[in-house]
Amino acid sequence: MWTWFFRLASPPHFYALAGKLSYWLLIPALVLVLIGTWGGLVLAPPDYQQGDAFRIIYVHVPSAYLSMMVYVAMAVSGAIGLIWRIKLAHAVSASCAPIGASFTFAALITGAVWGKPMWGTYWDWDPRLTSELILLFLYFGYMGLRSAFEDVNQADRASAILAIAGVVNVPIIHYSVVWWASLHQGPTLSKLEVPSISGDMLWPLLTNILAFTLFFLGILAMRVRGEVLEREFHSRWAQDVLRGISPASAN
Amino acid sequence: MKADAPVAALADSEALADAPVLGLLALFWAVFQRDLRIGLRRWTDASNSALFFILVVTLFPLALNPRAEILRTIAPGVIWIAALLATLLSLHLLFRSDLEDGTLEHLLTLPYPLGWMLLAKTIAHWIITGIPVVLMAPILAITYHLPAEALGVLTFSLLLGTPTLSLLGSIGAALTAGLRGAGVLLAFLVAPLMVPVLILGARATDLALSGEDPAGPLYLLGAVLVLAVSLVPVAAAGAIRVSAD
Repeated sequence: MWTWFFRLASPPHFYALAGKLSYWLLIPALVLVLIGTWGGLVLAPPDYQQGDAFRIIYVHVPSAYLSMMVYVAMAVSGAIGLIWRIKLAHAVSASCAPIGASFTFAALITGAVWGKPMWGTYWDWDPRLTSELILLFLYFGYMGLRSAFEDVNQADRASAILAIAGVVNVPIIHYSVVWWASLHQGPTLSKLEVPSISGDMLWPLLTNILAFTLFFLGILAMRVRGEVLEREFHSRWAQDVLRGISPASAN
Repeated sequence: MKADAPVAALADSEALADAPVLGLLALFWAVFQRDLRIGLRRWTDASNSALFFILVVTLFPLALNPRAEILRTIAPGVIWIAALLATLLSLHLLFRSDLEDGTLEHLLTLPYPLGWMLLAKTIAHWIITGIPVVLMAPILAITYHLPAEALGVLTFSLLLGTPTLSLLGSIGAALTAGLRGAGVLLAFLVAPLMVPVLILGARATDLALSGEDPAGPLYLLGAVLVLAVSLVPVAAAGAIRVSAD
């Protein structure tokens, strides 16, 4: 019953599978992002209050959504690696971190660019911006801890514990920051989304969220592939792949 | 060989059953007492973090404007940040020497829950480094012209919050115990996790300062402390097992 699972967790098999998988994820992602961006930038009508400036949500919202989802994925795969001692899960966890940090960074930058015309300032201590910034620090801490260990095995387990501790703490951080901000400023500025979004604005957004998610999974498959190859560098199959004589390297 | 293994394990467990068994409270007390004694004998380490706390609080009026009304408004934030920084600075002492002299390996081999012993160590560490900060905070707050009714809330919020800071820090200390020169990394790992405590503690004092009821954030500080006491030892024990490898 579980053989498919164990076969999936075997590095050579996963390496070959992830190579195919990344194309099957990235090509639809590219198509969808083109459709979604066309819909968002051209077809959707300008907002009656924000004009064309609202269109940044087609990049901002998917990035912000993924910045959090990737952290959860990182912690969950770290936990799987810790509990069932699956090395592949640790490789997934390690590969998530730079992607998640990039999405967090993208969400912060697009938020700042949107904030300048809308709020009149690039940065405001808005609860969402602030907790997003703290999330970026959590990603940096995770990557810093990983790189501090020489032994991959130790780095895997230590960073998994940190990711789990972080994921328990993220909701507490978020709600404390929301509560903190509510003492300081009125809620007018913290409305990041258009209150009730109309259908012709919504479908490009949903398309882009799906596209970004597929893009994340495709990039993740590629990164995990590299990570697995690096970790299994001394094994026979990895050497075969690197010499180009393995069936796994055919694609 | 394989067939003998369960027998050997059985013999081991019988030997354990014959050995004097320490109750969990006695175990806690033993570890706690040992760490407290060591901490008090190395009193310069403990006093350094307290002195650092005073120093940071002293620097703010020099860099900002020493007018009474400005100092009064920034006092809760400054004192809480100083307490957080003092905790961060003291954390590297928590497990480092025990890992180096092999004490932690002995604790790992004991048939007792590791997290429980680490909790005892962390609480001893808080008594040595956190209590001085809590005691000094009201005195420093007077120099910031904080009114008397806010002093009690400030002290109480620190009393509830600094153990949480030490507990959260113990995860980071356990993760980096085996690493050389991990001081900055340790601070970077745990400081984001400490944000809620900082917010709640400083806001509680703020509310008291403006004459409002600080009960809400104080309750939340207590809740976070209870959550930390119950969850952190598990994470810290896992982290120590990694570091001791």
